[in-house]
Amino acid sequence: MVHISRYILRRILSGLITLFIVITITFFMMRAIPGGPFTDEKAIPEFVAAKMSERYGLNDPVHVQYMRYLSGILRLDLGPSYRYEGMTVNELIAGGFPVSCAVGGLALLFSLMAGIPAGVISALKRGKWQDRLAMVLATVGVTVPSFVIASLLVYVLAMRLGWVNVGFWDGISTAWLPAVTLALYPAAFISRLVRSGMLEVLGQDYIRTAYAKGLSERRVIYIHALKNAVIPVITYLGPLTAGILTGSFVIEQVYGVPGLGTFFVTSISNRDYTTIMGVTIFYSAILVAFNIAADICLSFADPRIKLR
Amino acid sequence: MYDTEDFLPLTPEERESSEALRPSRTYWADAWSRLKDDRAAMFGLAVILAVIVLAVLGPVFSRYEYDGMDFNVSNDPPSLAHWFGCDMFGRDLFVRVMYGARISLAVGFIASFISLFIGVVYGGISGYVGGKLDDVMMRVVDVIYSVPAMIYVILLMVVVGPGLSSIFITLGISYWAPMARMVRAEVMRLKNEEFVTSARVAGASSARILFRHIIPNAMGAVIVTLTFSVPGAIFTEAFLSFVGLGVSAPMASWGVLSSDAVPAMAIYPWQLFFPAGAISITILAFNFLGDGLRDALDPKLRK
Repeated sequence: MVHISRYILRRILSGLITLFIVITITFFMMRAIPGGPFTDEKAIPEFVAAKMSERYGLNDPVHVQYMRYLSGILRLDLGPSYRYEGMTVNELIAGGFPVSCAVGGLALLFSLMAGIPAGVISALKRGKWQDRLAMVLATVGVTVPSFVIASLLVYVLAMRLGWVNVGFWDGISTAWLPAVTLALYPAAFISRLVRSGMLEVLGQDYIRTAYAKGLSERRVIYIHALKNAVIPVITYLGPLTAGILTGSFVIEQVYGVPGLGTFFVTSISNRDYTTIMGVTIFYSAILVAFNIAADICLSFADPRIKLR
Repeated sequence: MYDTEDFLPLTPEERESSEALRPSRTYWADAWSRLKDDRAAMFGLAVILAVIVLAVLGPVFSRYEYDGMDFNVSNDPPSLAHWFGCDMFGRDLFVRVMYGARISLAVGFIASFISLFIGVVYGGISGYVGGKLDDVMMRVVDVIYSVPAMIYVILLMVVVGPGLSSIFITLGISYWAPMARMVRAEVMRLKNEEFVTSARVAGASSARILFRHIIPNAMGAVIVTLTFSVPGAIFTEAFLSFVGLGVSAPMASWGVLSSDAVPAMAIYPWQLFFPAGAISITILAFNFLGDGLRDALDPKLRK
């Protein structure tokens, strides 16, 4: 157990270094944008701009601002928003993230619930119509852009058939359609992973041993084979989270979900630099955390993997 | 030890039996013959070629201009005069989709070639030099991997401002990491091969060995990665246009066309379906071709 906790510690440390690099790059990129944060279509009086620069500490040398931002992040304080008067970036994230989390979490669940069985079935029925159907669906899921599918679903389900209401947010009951849309790409990808994993595993000796011991087919497939076939899915957990995060930018917009993705996109068009920075850093932190979690899960699931 | 009989010239029959029966085939000819038999891949290739031809020649031969407005036909549905219908300014959607193909394909190819160039040089050096330098360079790639590319694409777009050339540059410098990893692995595999040793014995410099001897042998894998990064770039551009960071009017990529159509989707659905269909079919075609190329160029990977 000692080496596992040392491994976890090392991963967390390298994750923190990654985050530090991300923060630094983001900070200096935002500073590199021509024009100040208050350059706007309607000119604001000189003294107001000066006052605002003063208030946000923009008159200090860059390295002082950078150190202040870093120490703010150490206290988990992402600073004030430039556009939402009187709001901090923390408050914006606290408002949008729970909503995104509900949609994203559901999407994660859906993609596993659809992807793993589809992969298992198409591996077991290799070459038969079930396999063909699953793989055609998987190809469509990977190739059609999510905003196209989202718009199509809205058009058909909400506008033509009137089965669902979209465009407003009412808790979990309005979360499932965006979640399903968000889950399509990862579900397709997972089903491909599980299919090839399953095909590989089913040809191995220990499966033949399990059959020879007289275990039922069900037990061999669902207990012995599946356990090893889903290992690639754990590796995919990191990219999956990233996909759901970035997918949410568009999906939330199409469905009118007031989540963090919507805030992020709005802050881009508003040129709300502190919010862009804060949300970027927040996203990166989540992703780094998920990558570490996935690697730790992997080391438990597959003892052959050497911890480094 | 030896008899003079051991050194007789071959008789004509012997010579015939030792000659190659078939003409030798290059790696590429061999790959092409495998690819030709792959129906999905050939379908993909045909679609891509058709899209390219339409993109290049279509707007030239069309009766309409991509920015020619005609308010008499605003939001007209598809008809014989306007195959894909018209948008809210009465611009012909067929010519706009073909024109959008130019932009989307340009984004796909140019961004991919930039990332190919960076990735090949970076991965090549990292894999060839190895050791400490390789460690550091791969750490950098790990950091890049741990942040979703879409996020720093968006950041970069905010910094450099929207526009076609910013998209080329931004996508090019954001998506080279997978290419670099792949090239590094290929270079590490190839650098201990005998042809590299013989090149070194012949006095070739490291740069020459890397770029004239090793990289050309890794070209198969590079091309496969490229076939998957072109649709990736098209996809990303559509995504960026959708969140409002794409090319600006009156130019229109497929992404811009689709996102423009979303607000009025309930009333004029065709305005969305044609550009969205164009994106989907093209990405699908590239995926088919990529799968086929992977099988054709590296038979070992075939399952």
